Amino acid sequence: MTRLSLTLTPVIIIGVAIILAILNLATPATSALHVSDFVVGLAGKYLCYALLALAVDLVWGFAGILTLGHAAFFALGGYCMGMYLTREIGARGVYANANLPDFMIFIGWKQLPWYWHGFAWFPFAMVMVLVVPAILAAVFGFLAFRSRVSGVYLSIITQALTYALLLAFFRNDMGFGGNNGMTDFKDIIGFPLNRSSTTTALMVISAIFTAGAFLFARWLVGSRYGQVLVAVRDAESRTRFLGYRPEYYKLVVWVLSAVIAGIGGALYVPQVGIINPGEFAPANSIEAVIWVAVGGRGTLSGAILGAVLVNFGKTILTGALPGAWLYALGGLFILVTLFLPKGIVGTFARRTGNDAALPTAHEKQGLAAIDGQTADLAEAGADIEDGEKTA
Amino acid sequence: MNAQPIGAVSGDLLYLNGVNKTFDGFKAINNLSLTLAKGEMRAVIGPNGAGKSTMMDIITGKTKPDTGQVVFGASTDLTKMDEPAIAKLGIGRKFQKPTTFENHTVWDNLLLALAGDRSPWFTLRARKQKSEEEKIAELLETIRLTDHRHRRAANLSHGQKQWLEIGMLLAQDPELLLVDEPVAGMTDAETEQTAHLLRDINRTRSVVVVEHDMTFVRALGVKVTVLHEGSVLSEGTLDHVSADPKVIDVYLGR
Repeated sequence: MTRLSLTLTPVIIIGVAIILAILNLATPATSALHVSDFVVGLAGKYLCYALLALAVDLVWGFAGILTLGHAAFFALGGYCMGMYLTREIGARGVYANANLPDFMIFIGWKQLPWYWHGFAWFPFAMVMVLVVPAILAAVFGFLAFRSRVSGVYLSIITQALTYALLLAFFRNDMGFGGNNGMTDFKDIIGFPLNRSSTTTALMVISAIFTAGAFLFARWLVGSRYGQVLVAVRDAESRTRFLGYRPEYYKLVVWVLSAVIAGIGGALYVPQVGIINPGEFAPANSIEAVIWVAVGGRGTLSGAILGAVLVNFGKTILTGALPGAWLYALGGLFILVTLFLPKGIVGTFARRTGNDAALPTAHEKQGLAAIDGQTADLAEAGADIEDGEKTA
Repeated sequence: MNAQPIGAVSGDLLYLNGVNKTFDGFKAINNLSLTLAKGEMRAVIGPNGAGKSTMMDIITGKTKPDTGQVVFGASTDLTKMDEPAIAKLGIGRKFQKPTTFENHTVWDNLLLALAGDRSPWFTLRARKQKSEEEKIAELLETIRLTDHRHRRAANLSHGQKQWLEIGMLLAQDPELLLVDEPVAGMTDAETEQTAHLLRDINRTRSVVVVEHDMTFVRALGVKVTVLHEGSVLSEGTLDHVSADPKVIDVYLGR
């Protein structure tokens, strides 16, 4: 939580994005300095993952909620964008029907379902990118936090949430394209998606949103609200006896985090050109947690770094040895847990004396997260025992 | 125990009547009745499993009693409220194991405990205020942690944590303080200072202290309630309860 990283992180993100953009657009393809569209596209994709990682770090690092379902919010934001892009295709689809997307014609639908109305209009779709994940997060969070579900139990139901959505979106009659999802997008507010200027612009916009989300997250955790949130993470019942209602504190950060994830998903879809139910896969959410663990839980800048580094590794490795990626990811998780429990940024910040607000109680216990959960369980057990003993 | 009149007598701050609580068939609290006058300090002693902590849990809303009345002030029914609501009402609680916010500084621990708006909407916009700083400085003097105000709570000694938690309790500005084993793990000198501090606090607030340390209870010099198997066994001065054959039998004599 250094002052340095507050300015350095956004400057690096936007600076690198602009350099890549210039090297892509202003150099001839034959030049040694030229950056290809492929690389620009990759950078844009990594930045979207960085937004998801920031969202995960906000709730995991600062509220102690180990979410294993955050890709659900990412995917919902992506679907909202996908619906806009699908409507934008208009009459250029295979069936040349301006009123109905191809996949609906294919399954014999005669008219646009009510929930698709408005998505042809870009501003409406962008509002939905924020609202849809927020509503799901608000309902889910309200029920879960009010019932005081926490620790591993909460992690399991977040996983169930994303899995349930995965199954639902696989169904054709949901009206979101079933297992094929939506693809073959043509343009976004008039800019053709296959042009390198569009690709570059989307990448730079992703960088701006990532930097903005980072600054917002820093402001949030630096406020008194953020202090209470960390207090809730470290000693929830204490905050209750001080008169705070932890459920509302968790709910606020949970919803804001879902919105950030949704924005990430919305930026992701035009850059990869497809959205399908695979984005809801539980493994995606778990991967996001690993990015944050690698970069450093509770550091925010670490989340961004972790997302970029791990995905860069994934790009390299899946190119060289496609089958080895999952083993590498698993191995990475174990190595980080054993040797770098505070992650890259957490370890570095500690060396330089700028201690991140990480849970001290868990410092020596390997990966704070999983440990935190087991510690919670042990605590719950001890509570029950206490009750019985006092009894 | 004598039969209590129904409803709190005016002048009483806390009134428990016929409270029962059973955990899995085990009677933790058995027809417990207890009255605390406004401005009173009371020491509660009793062997392990006597129901001291459960009593605290019931008063602070952590545990709901099966039957019985728990009334605060004139007519506030505590059994219908949850922990934050009871805290806002003016009942502060110190845990047996010192519970502070380990990652926050001593200063921030006190800041978060200061009486005030508890909503996220307020804390999102809250800025440092002069009045808050003055209050915190004053509290730091009281709990003798002024020199440690910038240290993280995690780095304090056990005794200092106990004091910080008492400071957080005071910051809440409660009418009633429930203090669970405040001198556990303290040196003799610290114990004496704590007794002094609690007597000081008692000048303006009511206090219930649960404690095992008899030297400490003697130093407090207040009325003592002895709990046993979830109900009141004996009540009076320490000398009085120490001489009570029932108490000697179940507690001191064993």
